[in-house]
Amino acid sequence: MQPFRKHRGLVAPLLRENIDTDQIIPKQHLKRIERTGFGTFLFSDWRFLADGTPRPDFVLNQEHYRSASILVAGRNFGCGSSREHAAWALSEFGIRAIIAPSYADIFRINAGNNGLLLIEAEDATVQHIAQQAQTKRPYELTIDLENQTIADDCGFSASFVIEPFRRHRLLHGLDEIGVTLTHEAEIARFERQRHTLVQNCES
Amino acid sequence: MHKPKTLFEKVWDSHVVMECEGEPTLLYIDLHLVHEVTSPQAFEGLRLANRKVRRPDLTFATIDHNIPTTSDERFQIKDQVAAQQIATLRRNCESAGMPLFDVGSGRQGIVHVIGPELGLTQPGMTVVCGDSHTSTHGAFGALAFGVGTSEVEHVLATQCVSQKKPRTMRISVSGALPDGTSSKDLVLDIIRRLGTDGGTGYVIEYAGDAVRSLTMEERMTLCNMSIECGARAGMVAPDETTFTYLDGRPYSPRGETWAKAVHQWRMLATDGGAQFDKEISLDGSHLEPIVTWGTNPGMAVPITARVPNPHEARNDSERNAMMAALDYMGLQPGTPIEDISLDRVFIGSCTNGRLEDLRSAAKVLRGHRVHRDVTVLVVPGSEAVKQAAEREGLDRIFVEAGAQWREPGCSMCLGMNPDILAPRQRCASTSNRNFEGRQGREGRTHLVSPAVAAAAAVTGHFVDVRGWQYKE
Repeated sequence: MQPFRKHRGLVAPLLRENIDTDQIIPKQHLKRIERTGFGTFLFSDWRFLADGTPRPDFVLNQEHYRSASILVAGRNFGCGSSREHAAWALSEFGIRAIIAPSYADIFRINAGNNGLLLIEAEDATVQHIAQQAQTKRPYELTIDLENQTIADDCGFSASFVIEPFRRHRLLHGLDEIGVTLTHEAEIARFERQRHTLVQNCES
Repeated sequence: MHKPKTLFEKVWDSHVVMECEGEPTLLYIDLHLVHEVTSPQAFEGLRLANRKVRRPDLTFATIDHNIPTTSDERFQIKDQVAAQQIATLRRNCESAGMPLFDVGSGRQGIVHVIGPELGLTQPGMTVVCGDSHTSTHGAFGALAFGVGTSEVEHVLATQCVSQKKPRTMRISVSGALPDGTSSKDLVLDIIRRLGTDGGTGYVIEYAGDAVRSLTMEERMTLCNMSIECGARAGMVAPDETTFTYLDGRPYSPRGETWAKAVHQWRMLATDGGAQFDKEISLDGSHLEPIVTWGTNPGMAVPITARVPNPHEARNDSERNAMMAALDYMGLQPGTPIEDISLDRVFIGSCTNGRLEDLRSAAKVLRGHRVHRDVTVLVVPGSEAVKQAAEREGLDRIFVEAGAQWREPGCSMCLGMNPDILAPRQRCASTSNRNFEGRQGREGRTHLVSPAVAAAAAVTGHFVDVRGWQYKE
């Protein structure tokens, strides 16, 4: 997993609430058996017309936002389906961090497993950043995960809170399976001791 | 004396492998369900890291998301990308030595329908699957939640998940649900009250007289949609209804083991005096049939109401969301819900594709004809549901009414197979999500119960099923 330490990038505003994973990566693109190839389909029903031509009114199709790596969005981002393809699509498109008031639980875990930083910010901060991104184009932010700060070049700065274990994993790009497998002895002991009710009684 | 515990805490505590302050808990998983869409990258990850499936005996697979529902295409899929995904699952199951309930085996079906009907899902278990509607299995007093593909890989490799302990919420529903309403209406009502993120970070336990008197299939519908208010899982404490359902199922314990299991299961119920982080009480006796009008499951009103006006929104953000939803849905504020006409009706999915759901729809349709402008798809949740429905003659009621009786799968719930809406088609659907494009690009979905969907199929528009003229 790609570590996340400090990132400076262009901000794109997408201030809708409840952006669900069906929008982030529509179901017609979930049939691949690889982890790659989803970036071109990010927000595809919003980004493209049915015939495949880009919709000029969609934010990520506009000149000033096309190469955005930071998305600022409304509350409950990533709700709905557990499809990790949503995190893969965002990452492959080039999104490294999202700033929103809140996120859905499963998406939060999926993002963490793909080095995508989710910053939970106050409504006012989200509004401010979105407004800056809409008016000062291009608008860039620097995100420093080590010091937990967001800042722009015009004097705005804010700190953010992230659970220490999430921060640690992102900073080091840790492979969680590798970490868990170092606890093989504990897992094996649990399996021996547990009075399991699982009885596969089928003959 | 022990500290009183909730059902959730009992299940959680008995599965903790390791806990460190400030770290997520390593939680053991008893049952891992796998399907074709969210697993190929997980198996590939294992192969690349030279890791093995740790417990193929606790891992069960089926094919549901992609599978066509017509009998001719079921075994000969035209969509080559979908066919490759299914072939990949078959290969992965074979090389890992994992059971696969394949098409035509008599046991294939939607993963959340077959787990319970085979007796794989049992009280007190931890259950995961790469699918958000895994919350369904909580109806048995299991702790069941959806995970992403990286976590699927993690469970395949370690039989554990690394999870932050969720908070607890109890929703107590008193009274008896009125005739013409169902647990689908109840859960839609709960979601519209809580909002799409009111349950975020929580595991919900559903309790109270109204919940106690639900059948297992109704409890599954209730727990299934817990994710739609953001909850990590939904749970119902196991009771006689649960034990009666499980008795004699293929993977249920038998003989002496059965008695021991039931004894243990009885102890799972939340202790008197146990504390929840949040408590909500509802009166179920005033429940009405609920219909969604917008583009998330929280945008819902009683069938007797009108499409709401964005002027009633509590803030700008909500107003913008309402306006976008009305625009997408092609609806005018103030339109009575009963005046909304439909092009399609879908009866099926992991929410409402079980035998009782089909009975409920068939009871409404019996002796009636589907409206000439409406196309109706009835998709049983599993091969076993299909066979049971046919034994009762439900298929004949559907076909005689003019509905299409299909083969099992997820079908139009998410439209990964050929069953999709055309742009701007409007559908009354018994599924769980009305997101934009969910059932097909520009398709318009209204979530309802099977009875409401069936009544709408006949009249061509929504109608209050509480006044339905049933025919023998």
